[in-house]
Amino acid sequence: MSRQPLTASQTVGPFFHDCLMRDDARCDVLCTPATDGTRIRVEGIVLDGDGQPVPDVVLEVWQADAHGRYTHPADPRGLPLDHGFTGYGRIATNADGRYAFTTVKPGTVPFDAERQQAPHISIAILGRGLLNHLYTRLYFDDEPANGKDPVLERVPAERRDTLVARCGGNATADVITYRFDVVLQGANETVFFDFATGNRS
Amino acid sequence: MITTISEIVRGDAAVFPPYLYEAYRSTIKRAPHHALVEVPLTLSEATGPGPALSAVTPEDADLTRNAGTGGEAIGQRIIVTGRVLDADGAPVPHTLVEVWQANAAGRYVHRRDQWPGPLDPNFLGIGRCITDATGAYRFLTIKPGAYPWKNHPNAWRPPHIHFSLFGNAWASRLVTQMYFAGDPLQSIDPIFNSAPEAGRASMIAEYAHDVTEPEWALGWRWDIVLDGPSATSFEDPREAGA
Repeated sequence: MSRQPLTASQTVGPFFHDCLMRDDARCDVLCTPATDGTRIRVEGIVLDGDGQPVPDVVLEVWQADAHGRYTHPADPRGLPLDHGFTGYGRIATNADGRYAFTTVKPGTVPFDAERQQAPHISIAILGRGLLNHLYTRLYFDDEPANGKDPVLERVPAERRDTLVARCGGNATADVITYRFDVVLQGANETVFFDFATGNRS
Repeated sequence: MITTISEIVRGDAAVFPPYLYEAYRSTIKRAPHHALVEVPLTLSEATGPGPALSAVTPEDADLTRNAGTGGEAIGQRIIVTGRVLDADGAPVPHTLVEVWQANAAGRYVHRRDQWPGPLDPNFLGIGRCITDATGAYRFLTIKPGAYPWKNHPNAWRPPHIHFSLFGNAWASRLVTQMYFAGDPLQSIDPIFNSAPEAGRASMIAEYAHDVTEPEWALGWRWDIVLDGPSATSFEDPREAGA
């Protein structure tokens, strides 16, 4: 039980672009030339329950650097911190419901004292018609560690594929492309998460 | 597993709206049908971009003058202030707060807002600030007007200001809307009503005469409480962190 009642969420509505996507607030390139790691481009489409593209959502992404380190004071490990990298991105879908961002592939991060999490990118989806944002995760199809990931293990086996981005080869000589579509509703609905924060009334 | 769709809520169901709320029609094809998968907080959710996002200028918090025209926005000048707290009641200092709103006539600058309310050349309707050491934020703006939308016949959104907050963790991310106490449109607004009673109360700013400045602006106070790692979570960043 939370000691303070939480503030409710509401939709971002249709008119967020001028604020959330202003030039110095949006971010679809997370890395600089100095950032350590393998360059990747993630691209996909967001679809609604009718299979129609969703042109007015924001994807926010959060990830560890190539060493598996988060740019955050709560990351207690003594790993090398990549100072050229924040790990945060904010991307809007275009008129065709498509999005893309360029980053580095994240490293593995701890789950608990014994286990590691497979490389993944956390994604929040905010949009018109979404009264609360949706949380999902992107995993990589070329990672054997997926088979032992403690979060993926909690996902029904038949739905795990919705969280796995497909390697599509090289976009350029230096950048590997992954495809990750988000289905908000329906038969191939993406898995969305609820985190046990302990703040329930 | 497919559950009862209207019961799908993320976070505290006593406060947060369900994803499907049919009176708000845009939810019908966008709400998930499958139950959310509940997972423990890991380092990925107990961390977040909040502490790293800090690039704002003092001018960003004055929506009456930040259009860059040299002119001042038309409307009832208001001060909107309050504190950002975590679920344990502790202040969340140095966190980014982003806001957007309609002008005094209820019109957004956004190209998709085409109803015949007048635009104000001196008002962009966007602002941002960083909370201070006590978790306090403060904006100077004008009171937004109500505006019509096409959700149902004669639909009008009550005056509101959109708020976006990060807090300390990925799990504390919040986007919401602040409403003004005493407005008659709230009780017939499907977006406001999508939240349960406690949630609706959490989104209402109160008139605050101690915030009102003589011969200048009316004051409104609204505190914001963020979800996120707490004493009962897997990990508390304030204990684990630097």
